[in-house]
Amino acid sequence: MNISRSISRRMPKGRHFVIGVPFLWLFLFFLLPFIIVMKISFAEADVAIPPYTEIYTWAEGQLSIILNLGNYIFLTEDELYLAAYLGSLKMAFFSTLICLLIGYPMAYAIARAKPEMQTVFLLLIMMPTWTAILIRVYAWMGILSNNGLLNSALMSVGLISEPLQILNTNFAVYIGIVYSYLPFMVLPLYANLVKHDQSLLEAAADLGSSTFNSFWKITVPLSKNGIIAGCMLVFIPAVGEFVIPELLGGPETLMIGKILWQEFFNNRDWPVASALAVVMLALLIVPIILFNRNQAKEMEGRA
Amino acid sequence: MKRFSFSNMMLWVGFLFIYLPMLILVIYSFNGSRLVTVWGGWSVKWYVGLLDNRQLIGAVLRSLEIAFYTAISAVILGTLAAFVLTRVTRFKGRTMFGGLVTAPLVMPEVITGLSLLLLFVAMAQILGWPQERGIVTIWIAHTTFCTAYVAVVVSSRLRELDMSIEEAAMDLGAKPLKVFFLITIPMIAPSLAAGAMMSFALSLDDLVLASFVSGPGSTTLPMEVFSAVRLGVKPEINAIASLILLAVSAATFLVWIISRRAEEKRRKAVQQAIEEGAAATWQQDKPEAKAAG
Repeated sequence: MNISRSISRRMPKGRHFVIGVPFLWLFLFFLLPFIIVMKISFAEADVAIPPYTEIYTWAEGQLSIILNLGNYIFLTEDELYLAAYLGSLKMAFFSTLICLLIGYPMAYAIARAKPEMQTVFLLLIMMPTWTAILIRVYAWMGILSNNGLLNSALMSVGLISEPLQILNTNFAVYIGIVYSYLPFMVLPLYANLVKHDQSLLEAAADLGSSTFNSFWKITVPLSKNGIIAGCMLVFIPAVGEFVIPELLGGPETLMIGKILWQEFFNNRDWPVASALAVVMLALLIVPIILFNRNQAKEMEGRA
Repeated sequence: MKRFSFSNMMLWVGFLFIYLPMLILVIYSFNGSRLVTVWGGWSVKWYVGLLDNRQLIGAVLRSLEIAFYTAISAVILGTLAAFVLTRVTRFKGRTMFGGLVTAPLVMPEVITGLSLLLLFVAMAQILGWPQERGIVTIWIAHTTFCTAYVAVVVSSRLRELDMSIEEAAMDLGAKPLKVFFLITIPMIAPSLAAGAMMSFALSLDDLVLASFVSGPGSTTLPMEVFSAVRLGVKPEINAIASLILLAVSAATFLVWIISRRAEEKRRKAVQQAIEEGAAATWQQDKPEAKAAG
């Protein structure tokens, strides 16, 4: 790394500045907040502003810290929370799987298309990710509702005589998550697949391997990093998703993002909401580290 | 390869799946009937009606303002972060730095939103700032997660870049800061534009973070839309949603054009340099050949 060496040699102060500014910002507004969430999850709810008690007191030269585990115990006692965590994980897992099954062939087709078509396809994939998730989910509300387009279409064809209840069910939530997160699966997969060396597949074909066999034994293992990145980009945010279960889901839909929102905004119980966030983060820490490692590998891989 | 393979079919089915709902939404925004499911002929009255909605227009302006500031700050921070990740390979805490930059990409928004709000509340208690949550706190929240997106876009560009040009400039005695502004920045300009557009769009779209860190009187457009959407499908929301879709597709298209032009210009410049170089060597060779002959 010639350039980095010359930077550090010639400009020690500049180097600190370049690293320091983004580091400080992210530390202050990304890392530090988690520590505060952790702290407040050990506090007690209080009728005050802000609505929680302080966990440490300083009296007569004595610092006492009271860690109140009550919020965490409360989470285990009420079955609602456990069900919501499991519901979120299940919902995120199957949505990720469906995204992979739809997204992989799409990414494969784009990577095999003519170069000038690739940019057009990529643009078409990317555009929805810039549009509010809220609007894309809202579009489905009109389609899936009892007197919506899908039900009217099915009834006019004569497939069903009564409207199906699709909106406000888990099925609608699956549609919403797959629909919203599909681009995040396709993009990293494409970035990986487009780098593959075609001669490997040709060699396999020359040696008599069937197309599917070479796909399964060569392309899929080579695209491992793309699959990990895509799946993590879908799975992790989907676990904490709030907008989709709120708008498309029904009473049967138990997802932790929605519960956290209700605890915070409706019940105004900040400590319990914090405890919910801490547990969610604990569940997601392994996938997040996996994603970060994968991302770091990709970032350094070509440097 | 077969003309119409399984993957190609999936691609078109996928595009249909992605775009059909949005298309339906836009068509129905021109529905003359108040009943959202009954087609009552073409009409633009819902769009005209939006102009009278003072509250909505206030929210739109506020959202645009925040998005504008976010785009600027996220590009600066994200570019610095990308530069560190790709060029400064060894320093203490590099792994943590990489983690801090990429983690906001996947972190569930409810967690980020809640933690930022609690930070602001704690800061208000200890430092006395921010007394009121509003545009500034939303801007901070948006900058934090947009920085991650900009860092990813810019770092992929920085990695592709030919470092020898920067190295040559440094060897000729240019200061790193000068090299960065005169050579690196112009070379990565298209990705900076893309990052800025992306941050603008992401900030304009965000509902969850803004809901947590906004205060009374600082409702953004998505928050306004959300509170209306909760009550069901309405023709006015169809109209505003269609306008947002239109704005975003226009922005995406613009980014595409910019990056394509830059790419073409670069390719032409490289081609020209190669041709000129070849011509120069050819002319140099010629007299020598004569002399030899």
